[in-house]
Amino acid sequence: MFAPLQALADWLTYGVFRIAPQTLLASAVNFFIFDTTKIFVLLAVIIFAVSLIRSFLPAEKVRKILARKRVYVGNILASLLGIVTPFCSCSAIPLFLGFVEAGVPLGVTFSFLVASPMINEVALVMLLGLFGWSIALIYIGSGLVIAVVSGIAIGKLKPEKLVEPFVFEHTLSASYEGVTMTWRDRRQYALRYTADILKKVWLYVLIGVGVGAWIHGYVPMDFLARYAGPGKWYAVPLAVLIGIPLYSNAAGVIPLVSALTEKGVAMGTTLAFMMSVTALSLPEFMILKKVMKPKLILIFAGIVGIGIIFIGYLFNAIL
Amino acid sequence: MIIQVLGSGCPTCEKLFKLTKQAVEELKLDTEVEYVTDVRKIVAMGLMQSPVLAIDGKPALVGFVPDVKKVKETIIKNIP
Repeated sequence: MFAPLQALADWLTYGVFRIAPQTLLASAVNFFIFDTTKIFVLLAVIIFAVSLIRSFLPAEKVRKILARKRVYVGNILASLLGIVTPFCSCSAIPLFLGFVEAGVPLGVTFSFLVASPMINEVALVMLLGLFGWSIALIYIGSGLVIAVVSGIAIGKLKPEKLVEPFVFEHTLSASYEGVTMTWRDRRQYALRYTADILKKVWLYVLIGVGVGAWIHGYVPMDFLARYAGPGKWYAVPLAVLIGIPLYSNAAGVIPLVSALTEKGVAMGTTLAFMMSVTALSLPEFMILKKVMKPKLILIFAGIVGIGIIFIGYLFNAIL
Repeated sequence: MIIQVLGSGCPTCEKLFKLTKQAVEELKLDTEVEYVTDVRKIVAMGLMQSPVLAIDGKPALVGFVPDVKKVKETIIKNIP
């Protein structure tokens, strides 16, 4: 499928830049051109498709679907819907308030809050482009399991008293059925959304893949196995901790970890790291402080963190 | 007519606010654009996304920033 891009990378490396084949430089440059073009093509196509689907499923519709659901089914549905719904930290508060006011159980709301940023299209494209189908699917599957289980767990803890009281004051007066969008609107929305994302991530992709290409060409094979191989118990929790402050850089972080995996970092550790980068984000926690007590944020981060660490160990053991 | 942009104060919301002001200026309408950052106002309208362009208290554009042309069209459509 990407043969034309490989041909382009070969032509640029050997024909235009005239780098001697079989050298480390040639391999790094070739890798860089192929990977960046592949990722940009994937980003453009997949984000455009996802945002078109998304224009049919605004958050208000999602809420209507979830309001009548109870635990278990509600958690599963919320996690699935979290995949296709956009998540910008600026929408976190209206989403949370809107769900709770409509009577969506807190545990179900948390399932949504976990899945929505964790399984996002940028992370998926990077995984698909750099690790292939099977790892991308494992990532989606484990992400869903974490979202469902941690939502159920938080719901069982009865966290109502840890939510700011004003959240339960019913201000909801209007019901909103959605602005009717024409196909032109949807296409425009999807194009604009895709352009916005590309504008936001292109530099990170270039830097991430650039450093990755350098590691690919110059760092000896299995160099990192000694420090972060499957046998190192501390690697997974450490990876999760490092991932927390790295949220906005998912596009730059994934090419990097892809190169590190090649040099001996275990796959489960890599998965745990990427999940931590996307699901646990410091800025989001700061925003959530407006609607919930810090204790609940800690519980939320703790449960999700433990889930991610478990997934890391699990795949270190079986992959 | 009352034109409001509601948002949580994020950059996307500010972009919509600027575009709306530009649209009102270009349409030479005699009205101010109000910028509301109280998220509860958004929720009270039955909405869960920001930013929102509301005309006379009713949501007209929700959850995304269109181009100036679309903002103008939306305003014209809602002129009573």
